Amino acid sequence: MSTTWETVVGLEIHVQLKTRTKMFCRCAAGYGAGENTRTCPVCLGFPGALPVMNRTAVEWTVKLGLALGCEIAPRAVFARKNYFYPDLPKGYQISQYDKPSCEKGNMIVPMPDGELEIGIVRAHLEEDAAKTVHMGGHSGRIGGAEYSLVDYNRGGTPLLEIVTAPDIHSSEEAKRFLLLLRQTVVELGISDAEMEKGTLRVDANVSVRPAGSDELRTRCEIKNMNSFNYIARGIDAEAARQVAIWESGGEVKQETFDFDAGTGTLTPRRSKEEADDYRYFPEPDLVPVEPSAEMIERLRGELTETPAARVVRLGLDLDLERALVLVTGGLDGLYAATVAAGADRLAASNVIANNLVGAGVDPAAVDAAELAKLVAARERIPRVAFDEAIARSGDPDFSADPFLAQEVVSDASELDPVIDAIIAANPGQVAAFRGGKEGLLGFFVGQVMKETGGQADPRAVSEIVRAKLLG
Amino acid sequence: MAIDRETVLHVARLARLDLTAAEADRLTLELGAILEAVSKVAELDLTDVPPTSHPLDLVNVWADDEPRPSLALDEALANAPAREGDLFRVPPTHGPEVSA
Amino acid sequence: MIDTLRLTAEGALALIESREVTSAELHAAYVAAAGARDEELHAYLRLVDAAEGTGVPIALKDVISTKGVETTAGSKILAGYVPVFDATVAARCKAAGMPIIGKTNTDEFAMGSSTENSAYGPSFNPWDPTRVPGGSGGGTAAAVSGGLAPWGLGSDTGGSIKQPSALCGNVGLRPTYGTVSRFGVVAFASSLDQVGPVAKTVRDVALLYSIIAGRDENDSTTVELPEIVELPTAETLAGVRIGIPKQVWDLAGIEPGVRASFETAIETARSLGAEIGECDLPLSFDYGMACYYLIAPAEASSNLARFDGVRYGPRVDAPTYREMVEQTRDAGFGDEPKRRIMLGTYALSAGYYDAFYGQAQRVRTLLMREHRAALDAFDLIATPTSPTVAFPVGERAADPLAMYACDVMTIPSCLAGLPGLNIPSGLSEGLPVGLQLIGPQFGENALFRAGYALECAIGFDTVPERLR
Ligand SMILES: [Mg+2]
Ligand SMILES: [Zn+2]
Repeated sequence: MSTTWETVVGLEIHVQLKTRTKMFCRCAAGYGAGENTRTCPVCLGFPGALPVMNRTAVEWTVKLGLALGCEIAPRAVFARKNYFYPDLPKGYQISQYDKPSCEKGNMIVPMPDGELEIGIVRAHLEEDAAKTVHMGGHSGRIGGAEYSLVDYNRGGTPLLEIVTAPDIHSSEEAKRFLLLLRQTVVELGISDAEMEKGTLRVDANVSVRPAGSDELRTRCEIKNMNSFNYIARGIDAEAARQVAIWESGGEVKQETFDFDAGTGTLTPRRSKEEADDYRYFPEPDLVPVEPSAEMIERLRGELTETPAARVVRLGLDLDLERALVLVTGGLDGLYAATVAAGADRLAASNVIANNLVGAGVDPAAVDAAELAKLVAARERIPRVAFDEAIARSGDPDFSADPFLAQEVVSDASELDPVIDAIIAANPGQVAAFRGGKEGLLGFFVGQVMKETGGQADPRAVSEIVRAKLLG
Repeated sequence: MAIDRETVLHVARLARLDLTAAEADRLTLELGAILEAVSKVAELDLTDVPPTSHPLDLVNVWADDEPRPSLALDEALANAPAREGDLFRVPPTHGPEVSA
Repeated sequence: MIDTLRLTAEGALALIESREVTSAELHAAYVAAAGARDEELHAYLRLVDAAEGTGVPIALKDVISTKGVETTAGSKILAGYVPVFDATVAARCKAAGMPIIGKTNTDEFAMGSSTENSAYGPSFNPWDPTRVPGGSGGGTAAAVSGGLAPWGLGSDTGGSIKQPSALCGNVGLRPTYGTVSRFGVVAFASSLDQVGPVAKTVRDVALLYSIIAGRDENDSTTVELPEIVELPTAETLAGVRIGIPKQVWDLAGIEPGVRASFETAIETARSLGAEIGECDLPLSFDYGMACYYLIAPAEASSNLARFDGVRYGPRVDAPTYREMVEQTRDAGFGDEPKRRIMLGTYALSAGYYDAFYGQAQRVRTLLMREHRAALDAFDLIATPTSPTVAFPVGERAADPLAMYACDVMTIPSCLAGLPGLNIPSGLSEGLPVGLQLIGPQFGENALFRAGYALECAIGFDTVPERLR
């Protein structure tokens, strides 16, 4: 009798804050500047240079903590995490350690089979490392590099590290949690949180256990996953690897892996010559953070309903998946306004989640009342007119009216000759359809739409085609 | 309180000091003597005494998020032992040992 | 002819204001004096020939970053390092018009009590060049005492201003922690380091303190002074309560001549109207050293991690980054920084933090409480600054613990963050003896008043006898 295994995942998320300046100096933060042009004695670790906290970064940390229902530390303390690496100019990273700003929060993740509560162990503030480029040797392979080059522009950018409890039990849950967390951070206005740009980075701690048990077995860390899908694949691959080890009578040993999305493989990182010993101690160059009640209340007042809560609420009207798409796409505001303007819920959600997003329109620029008119008319007006209207719906002073005035061609006398010609030109497909491949109906409708420049009414076309083929 | 040579070498690795054998021998003796002297702090029962990490009672010292000019590139790199283009050059690292 | 041996900063300022000499002439006179005597004293690591300013020239300890002027902290690992920015204290001196005479010698990274740990060779005591000038600020102390600077800045972590001032017969102030910016000062132990003035008179020290002190937006641990600095004028101690820690009398290693000079100074204070009493600092005397030699090396081990051969300093080439760092650091640091890096790394490492660093931080709490209690009962605390007069070069160099013992009386108040002033109390065996006055937090003005009254009454001649 084989064991059923349960995956146990905890996530460590680093979010780069989009403050104007770095965490401990007033060099401009952000991308795009020439190498090493955003550096100063502080972020280069010159002798005698001292850090000064970025007030905005501190406030944003508290704000995120409040959004995640965390306890806000009455006294948070920065510590030094000591280790050597060329991207770490002082020989230590300044990071909140045993007294982080935020602890004991949680996030409710709506799942098809109910709500999942994921604990937030802590959220703390720290500084980012610089960028090291490895040169020479086998390209891209760190191990074969002949030398490395360091650009300190990114060094010292504020980072929020968020650590979850091991409350996640599948790659799907992990993905959903991350989508909602990302949206929360984006809506708070504290980070762009883009994985491709590295402003959102996720490491996963994965272990497995026999389903039903509550033990915690040895976990492994997976790094270097730079999209939500890769994270899901990385978790699945690692869980499968561990299950195979346990089932073959082996023992999982604690390791760190890089996930290679191209091959789907996990590569172990070189083990260190001595165990991690970061020799944390309170940073004597900084003073503690004691957020005032006034500050906390002001920041709390700036919070809006969280994405997770909105998914739950919206899920009562629509199905959960659709609600998730709207909320994590930042589309639910427009959705609500469009429905309020009289549009059908399902139709509005379809148009927004599919057509509008597909056309790359900024939902914030769209006038919901005009969009509602388009949603109502979408079956009546020609497809091309609808598509063009959607594409322009974000333009200033957009009006739906000129598009609504157009009519689709549904008159059989106009459509017949076109349809006949297409049937005549595709004898193979006709035979296949008649032989039972009914899915080919779409092919014929599509050909007709193409031939009529999108002016035909697809429903009418579909009826006529079916009648002709079967008749 | 004695410290053995192996521990001295471990600590030297943590501190990134490539000690010579003679230095390791000498430091084993010297650190042993110093540790013996400083271990005196263990005599006191301090369970109810809070730690002091700073002699000043300051909190919330911070700056507004307003950019100031950075260094000129040639100032940033003025003292670099090895420079390539606008970057600091170092011998190859063998992969990141930790993440941020 | 400018008598640099005897000229005080205040005197020099008067000469400039009355247009009898220019700042440039004064600067040239001190550079010339250095040319004549610094071969013997080695107070300076380098002179600044073309310094700008309109005021009284100054010497800066080589831990203070000076834009465009090499700053080594007495270490080979910073050989050739030319800062691209000024330390705040250097900037404030420049803003006050003070030209820099030179950068003074120091124990490597300010770690030592004799200046013998400088990678560039020791400095020597102007009273007797076979003896040490104290440390780590022996260079500044020797420069002021030897007439090579009217005043200078030192840095004090556990006694590096007060002790060399005592051994060279100067006045030196270690300010209240947080009153003087550390920005741009090569760090030794961040929760202890303070920059402070060294000069021939209390009034000069007060004047220089008023120039450098006050909040700096680049140093999060600085505060605005709660009261403005007053130049002392009163030659009385009427109503001033001075506490003598009873542990002073039983201290092992205190020289009879030092004790005698201290007793005489206390009698002088009494005769000026001070109320003398006994205070109790048992933990400070018993545990201060142990506490300090855990906290300071721990912080130092981290502060010295940035010296990795990547952004500045000489590099030892090696095939990998790690070997480069290890070899650069082994070649660049001298014995004392290595000892302290090792000690501090050990004290912070896994499994030892609570027993060492954590425990030392709790001891620190007790030392602060003990000092607060004493300073509730007394306005000031008085002790000898150093248990001994200047000792012969080489005498303690091979024995780290004997060297550490130099600071037994200066360390506890440093841990408590309190200001301390050294003034010369007399001679023993022809060498200066220092009196240490400790005040409450931000109590500098009280120290200046008492120091000035005693200085007037004692009438110590700061010019070394052999140079008169
Ligand atoms: Mg981190
Ligand atoms: Zn910077």
